[in-house]
Amino acid sequence: MTQPHEALNFATVKIKNISIDQTAVVEKAARFQKRSIKKESKVWGLKLALNMIDLTTLEGKDTPAKVKQMCYKAQHLHDAYPDLPTVAAVCVYPSMVGFAKNEVKGTNIKVASVSTAFPAGQAPMSVKLDDTKFAVDQGADEIDMVISRGKFLQGEYNYVYDEIAKIKEACGKARLKVILETGELGTFDKVRKASDIAIQAGADFIKTSTGKIKPAATMPVTLVMLEAIRDHYYATGKMVGMKPAGGISNAKLALQYLVMLNETLGADWMNNKWFRFGASSLANDVILQLEKQRSGVYGSKDYISID
Amino acid sequence: MAEKKTIKKVVETPDNRLEVLKTYKMYMGGKFPRTESGRYYKPLNEQGKALANMCLGSRKDVRNAVVAARAAFSGWSGKTAYNRAQILYRIAEMLETRKAQFIEELMQQGSSKKQANAEVLASIEAMVYYAGWADKYQQVFSGVNPVSGSYFNFSVYEPTGVVSVIAPENSSLLGLVSVIASTIVGGNTAVVLASENKPLCSITFAEVLATSDVPGGVVNVITGKLKELAEYMASHMDVNAIVYARADKKIEDQIESLSVKNLKRVHNFFVSDWMREAHLSPYRIIDLQEVKTTWHPIEVIGASGSGY
Repeated sequence: MTQPHEALNFATVKIKNISIDQTAVVEKAARFQKRSIKKESKVWGLKLALNMIDLTTLEGKDTPAKVKQMCYKAQHLHDAYPDLPTVAAVCVYPSMVGFAKNEVKGTNIKVASVSTAFPAGQAPMSVKLDDTKFAVDQGADEIDMVISRGKFLQGEYNYVYDEIAKIKEACGKARLKVILETGELGTFDKVRKASDIAIQAGADFIKTSTGKIKPAATMPVTLVMLEAIRDHYYATGKMVGMKPAGGISNAKLALQYLVMLNETLGADWMNNKWFRFGASSLANDVILQLEKQRSGVYGSKDYISID
Repeated sequence: MAEKKTIKKVVETPDNRLEVLKTYKMYMGGKFPRTESGRYYKPLNEQGKALANMCLGSRKDVRNAVVAARAAFSGWSGKTAYNRAQILYRIAEMLETRKAQFIEELMQQGSSKKQANAEVLASIEAMVYYAGWADKYQQVFSGVNPVSGSYFNFSVYEPTGVVSVIAPENSSLLGLVSVIASTIVGGNTAVVLASENKPLCSITFAEVLATSDVPGGVVNVITGKLKELAEYMASHMDVNAIVYARADKKIEDQIESLSVKNLKRVHNFFVSDWMREAHLSPYRIIDLQEVKTTWHPIEVIGASGSGY
């Protein structure tokens, strides 16, 4: 990780323009979807996927009670299934962090908070810093910030870089996830550029999307980001995490992401310290598939709590 | 100026032309996918000639169809009874315009022209019959129950949910139309297994459904072997009822025992001759409904001293 005080000077950091072969990326991502994963490996993968979920509620109508309910779900995904792992974290708005923190006390579940005027990020720097500090003060273990896509698309890379570095500084001990909102960036070249900037500026995780814009996470865009992480690791030996978010709502797709992760970054990343799924409905589908493996019959969501 | 050339007719149909055998795809969620398994079979007519290439559906096709049916359930059951009547009537209209195709398929599968014609007309009748019941069965079968106390007590019908329909083996069109219509008219969605040996009309009927304002997923048609698929249609926890319209008792027993796990309703709608025996009945609609009883407090009219 780059030290924040160094990072504040963008001019000293060289970020190359790397151009991405779009056709190759799409083809390669499609190939990860053709692996056949059965039986024990499937159950193992599904449990791992569950354990990587950031269970998320990011709505204007969120209330402490809603958050409380989600935190309960995070700890009791499906009690009828013995020894099921919990999710990795709950992800909420800063105003809900205090409630969430209280609810997951004594568990391994982390509290992640979005910040920097999520989801648009259209606010002055001072507001974004306050937003972040508030969430951290409330006890957030992780901060999910959004980059200023407008500035990025205008070519003001310094601004974007400095902004990430400042937020990183404000995070203190909290781990920082940087949301690129790839659905607004347009091309893979830009996704790669934004990934490189975020990594250089101190991101602990890079994350595809807010979940508020379509398209959200796709396999090709995630692959581009994974390759940015890989190249950084080869160059510096430092690991950065990855979080695809939005649109991953079924177990099969989650397993395909894990295949892609394993074959791109390797087994060191196959845990929730380095990989997360941002999702709200994925958990129930994974549970449904686990139940199918256990009982041998296709299940029904009627027997799983909604949230 | 270029010399004017006469265009010769080069395409002629020789007597020994190679026939193009249609590949019938399945119908799921409003789309026509091939089977997930990549398997096919060729049903034969009585002379041993292949009728078509049919998808040999697998358990994963059943799974996908149930997902589609479940997704369509709230929209379809939420439509007004009047609207469902209109849509069923629309199916009948579309059947009417494709009479010729159905007659041809029935003849390929061994019916005489007269039989085929009669069966298509009867199928249209069946659809119109059930369309008519859409906004009537509720009034006929629901009731206000006499209770002791100042309450209105209503019992009204609600659709059971997703229904596995094992369509008749002995009737390619009429039996199929009859069991589908009685299932969906009350707001259920259906996963239908078509006749194995006479499957042609099932997919052509799916083409009719796809062009008749029936929302995708309300009816899903799988082709294949009952022996392979019965287990999955009966054990699926997200299926709420099964309509079985075949003669094989052994498989029916298997279905009944597998249905126990989530207490699916199992109904036998078997008819040995669909053209001769009665099979149109509002009780077939009611078989796939659940009764909801509601208590509603009322003022005691008599006690207040006034009357109607």
